[in-house]
Amino acid sequence: MADEVVLLDYWASPFGMRARIALREKGVKFEYREENLRDKSPLLLQMNPVHKKIPVLIHNGKPVCESMNVVQYIDEVWSNKNTILPSDPYQRAQARFWIDFIDTKVYEPADKIWFTTGEVQETAKKDFIEALKILEAELGDKPYFGGDNFGFVDIAMTGYYSWFQTFEKCANFSIEPECPTLMASAKRCFFLISLVSGQPLSQISPEEVQRPSSKDVKSLWPGFEAGWRTPQPRFHYHQATKPGSAKRCLQRKTVVDSVPGPDELFALAFKLRKEYGV
Amino acid sequence: MNQEEQVQLLGLWGSPFSKRVEMVLKLKGISYEYIEEDVYVKKSHLLLNYNPIHKKVPVLVHQGRSIAESLVIVEYIEDTWKTNYPMLPHDPYERSMARFWAKYVDDKVMLTLWKACWGPESVREKMVEEACEGLKYLEEELGDKQFFGGETIGFVDIAADFIAYWFGIAQEASGVMIMTAEAFPRLQRWSRNFVGNNIIKEVLPPKEKLMALFKAQFGNNAA
Repeated sequence: MADEVVLLDYWASPFGMRARIALREKGVKFEYREENLRDKSPLLLQMNPVHKKIPVLIHNGKPVCESMNVVQYIDEVWSNKNTILPSDPYQRAQARFWIDFIDTKVYEPADKIWFTTGEVQETAKKDFIEALKILEAELGDKPYFGGDNFGFVDIAMTGYYSWFQTFEKCANFSIEPECPTLMASAKRCFFLISLVSGQPLSQISPEEVQRPSSKDVKSLWPGFEAGWRTPQPRFHYHQATKPGSAKRCLQRKTVVDSVPGPDELFALAFKLRKEYGV
Repeated sequence: MNQEEQVQLLGLWGSPFSKRVEMVLKLKGISYEYIEEDVYVKKSHLLLNYNPIHKKVPVLVHQGRSIAESLVIVEYIEDTWKTNYPMLPHDPYERSMARFWAKYVDDKVMLTLWKACWGPESVREKMVEEACEGLKYLEEELGDKQFFGGETIGFVDIAADFIAYWFGIAQEASGVMIMTAEAFPRLQRWSRNFVGNNIIKEVLPPKEKLMALFKAQFGNNAA
């Protein structure tokens, strides 16, 4: 019997992105259903009556809720490929600890940064950076939080990485000077998003950014038509195309396919702020 | 060296979070060294060393490495000592349900129950309403099962230890009655089963001591 996999989701949700990435990491065919969060579908209300939130994974009619619970479920069911959680109990415990940290200490200020102003926003910025610094210390010089492998904690963070530019614009600050290693990790994903998925890019002067040579790009991603458009501000692509880090990006097509462009997210944030008079 | 001889637990006598870990260690028959941390008075070097991020108990130390956050610790114990008294179901879907309900208790229900007892009068009614909503979902999920884990104590029962024991005492101390037998007969029955379990009851802190603590710390905020 073929598996029926449906994901109830919202395109901009960092939590939804986690589920999407996990499904793609495992090569699971699924039906993506966009939810209007202001007019939630009867299916969503039926499948997640307690929280009424996305993402909800519906596997052969049975719902799984809460993003990291969904990711763990995906890892356990489709266990033959691209392991997400480590097998060692201590490493698993560490991964779970950092998820708990991210979903409290990063989430709470992050939610305030883009949607408040004044002192509340300033405090949120401070708390956010403090939390990111702790994460950066944990990352160290590992390519991923999962060590050599893109794993549980990386998936959790990728959703937030997509919102970094929006946070920076809404609260007028820069994350990179505070957390360069973490940003390098985030940039690797954004580099590919800009190049490959054709998301709208902001206009900046070409002199500000060094472009990788099209030879570099073609060698890293065979078959890619280097239709290089206006590059994204602040990302120094030349640095990002060091073979090691770029190769890691290549394996992360799952991220590229699952995460919207930063400009789209900022446009949404801007619209919501205006609507709510923030 | 015996794996179990290297288990230490930094805990606090009255904490439901700390007790979650002790309950699981005892149910699985794992011996450990217990170290009481008087976190409100002074945090020891050991605690600050083993949990530098949150500086809280419980912390489990096993083979020299520390694990923090009570439900993370419970899953670690489950992963490491798989065969004795399994806390999580084998089936991935059932496991995801257990994790969902444990998180629901941990993130949402415990706080609303506490606020319903001790929150300011102005929001008391709303807090009681929210508390009842949370308990209703749990009452429904429990159904006719003896425990959330079925016939034996499981992950969700452990996560809900506060509801089974501490909450009853908090209600008595504050005078705010929410989880009555009339409104929540299944949860009441479950609570008696849980607290009456031979292993669990050895671990629970004394009722009089908790009552005195609640009245002293929070009694003035009530009404």
